[in-house]
Amino acid sequence: MAGNTSTLHGRAAKAVAGKSGPHGSNTPLRYLLIGIALAFLLLFLFMPLASIFAEAFRKGAGAYFESFDDPAAIHAIKLTLIVAAISVPLNAVFGLAGSWAIAKYEFKGKSFLTTLIDLPFAVSPVIAGLIYILMFGAHGWFGPWLNQHDIQIVFAVPGIVLATLFVTFPFVARELIPVMQAQGNDEEYAALTLGASGWQTFRLVTLPNVKWPLFYGVILCNARAMGEFGAVSVVSGHIREMTNTMPLHVEILYNEYNFVAAFATASALALVALFTLALKSFIEWRAASAQKFREGERLPDNTPLHQTS
Amino acid sequence: MSITAKNISKHFGATLALDNVSLDVTDGHLVALVGPSGSGKTTLLRILAGLENADRDSGSIHFHDEEVTHASVRDRRVGMVFQHYALFRHMTVAKNIAFGLRVRRRSERPSKAEIDQRVEELLGLVQLEGYGNRLPGQLSGGQRQRVALARALAVQPRILLLDEPFGALDAKVRKDLRRWLRQFHEQIGLTTVFVTHDQEEALELADEVVVMRNAAIEQVGSPQEVFDYPESPFVIEFMGNVNQVTHGLHNLPVQGEDALYVRPHDIEILDAKAEPTGIEARVQHIFSAGSVGRVSLARTSTNEIFEAEVPRSELDRLALQPGQTVGLRFRHIRLFKKDAAGKQSLVETDAAEAIGAGK
Repeated sequence: MAGNTSTLHGRAAKAVAGKSGPHGSNTPLRYLLIGIALAFLLLFLFMPLASIFAEAFRKGAGAYFESFDDPAAIHAIKLTLIVAAISVPLNAVFGLAGSWAIAKYEFKGKSFLTTLIDLPFAVSPVIAGLIYILMFGAHGWFGPWLNQHDIQIVFAVPGIVLATLFVTFPFVARELIPVMQAQGNDEEYAALTLGASGWQTFRLVTLPNVKWPLFYGVILCNARAMGEFGAVSVVSGHIREMTNTMPLHVEILYNEYNFVAAFATASALALVALFTLALKSFIEWRAASAQKFREGERLPDNTPLHQTS
Repeated sequence: MSITAKNISKHFGATLALDNVSLDVTDGHLVALVGPSGSGKTTLLRILAGLENADRDSGSIHFHDEEVTHASVRDRRVGMVFQHYALFRHMTVAKNIAFGLRVRRRSERPSKAEIDQRVEELLGLVQLEGYGNRLPGQLSGGQRQRVALARALAVQPRILLLDEPFGALDAKVRKDLRRWLRQFHEQIGLTTVFVTHDQEEALELADEVVVMRNAAIEQVGSPQEVFDYPESPFVIEFMGNVNQVTHGLHNLPVQGEDALYVRPHDIEILDAKAEPTGIEARVQHIFSAGSVGRVSLARTSTNEIFEAEVPRSELDRLALQPGQTVGLRFRHIRLFKKDAAGKQSLVETDAAEAIGAGK
């Protein structure tokens, strides 16, 4: 009974709050602020996005699809997919391992490791690319040795993968660490006392508990892996049909005044971005409803306990 | 299965969490580790479970006659119920309970039908029939706790360890569950150790109470022994309400580091209508909303405050008024004197000597 009344009170309070808002109702000012915000969104987010598609279709759908019928374009798309297919799973594993260690254990140098994970966010992607040139380039530290053994890293696919790995490293770990920390270790300890092995504990308890944040981190990581320009640009060498990814291909086409093809390729990347956003919202919605399902419908503590004697 | 822990020490960095602690638990007993936070009781429990390791050079732990000092959590086969239950939040209640059986090696794993049957039995045992398909989030605190208990029992543990089993529940549920757990323990007869900071819980539930303080065991005994014969001022203060008589009594002066105590129910308020005899005090507050009346009294000569517990019928008969002066008699007092080793211990005082006459 008390429960019912309080819910009703809650609803009434919400309804009242909904009408006037916490700062009272100053209608003209409100509309002005909303208008400014909308204009900003339109000008800086929606219009550039729309202009990509407008430019891409300037000469009609035929010209648009023709731009993808070019070996260089097809190769760029393939390379982008290959790079993402290698770097995203690797970073999912690294991110999972790193955040597991950071969130669940105490060890010396833990805060250093946490900072290190954020390093790719702090460093300019161009610098990241240059680091790999300094290490693996012809005049770099390992250059002569690599040369002797005929291994090509810089200006080749391995270099692009390395640069992408570096730049997209934090995404998965950043999503997982706070969730894992909030969940604590008790469930893992419980699994151990019930006789589970370390691997069983990880597979049956730890992993299912971070399923949604992991998925979320992976799609963000994927979006960045496909769209990365700076670091990849430095290590790629821009060799057509060899080391050109989609973002690099866009730049080349644009510099050659081939605007329709440039924007058509860009629109493919934009579609990836839009798809990522849609997927991200879906995951957020699923994770939230899973949470609600778990915490909703909490029963009151009134199931009787029979005293048997 | 009995538990014997000998000379267990544990450091967390520079902090000493357990200082050479030894503990014996009789087979089939329900034992409470009770103490304030930071006294080392949870650390001791986790060391028994194998979730923490004792210091390398410290003593040994035996379950019955098997040494488990260095055994892994898995090999110890203990059932543990965590303070916040630690149920697997993505698994149903039935899956939670079955977990310990499902993770066994194929050769030792019961068949699916056997597991299902065992889960049903356990759900019945903890009175949650029909709840198997719920998720932990859909259960109340008390129900979650019983699921955690069923899950721990599913693997047929040798001993049961409970960390603050009632800590996260509200008062009403706590009382019900406490009584239920006592009965449950008698039903299954499993050696059980539980941690609590609530002395009332320890006294009501346990066969044996282990009072801990500052990383060491202060006293071990039956609830009655610990309550009636506390071995130190800490135990008398921690286990139940008590008044300290700082200024002593006229025929029992308190010197130096002596400590004199009287339990609230050992204070008798003498008939107020007659001429005040005994220890003179002024009535300050009367709390009569409860099964036992509580009267707070200020001793006239020293202004010490005493809390007295008086049966309701007695309170009605006395018809006390705030501000009134009454005489007090202490039925039973306890005096602790510092011995040569610097330890404060209980001195057997002939209570009558201190009771009665004088201001």
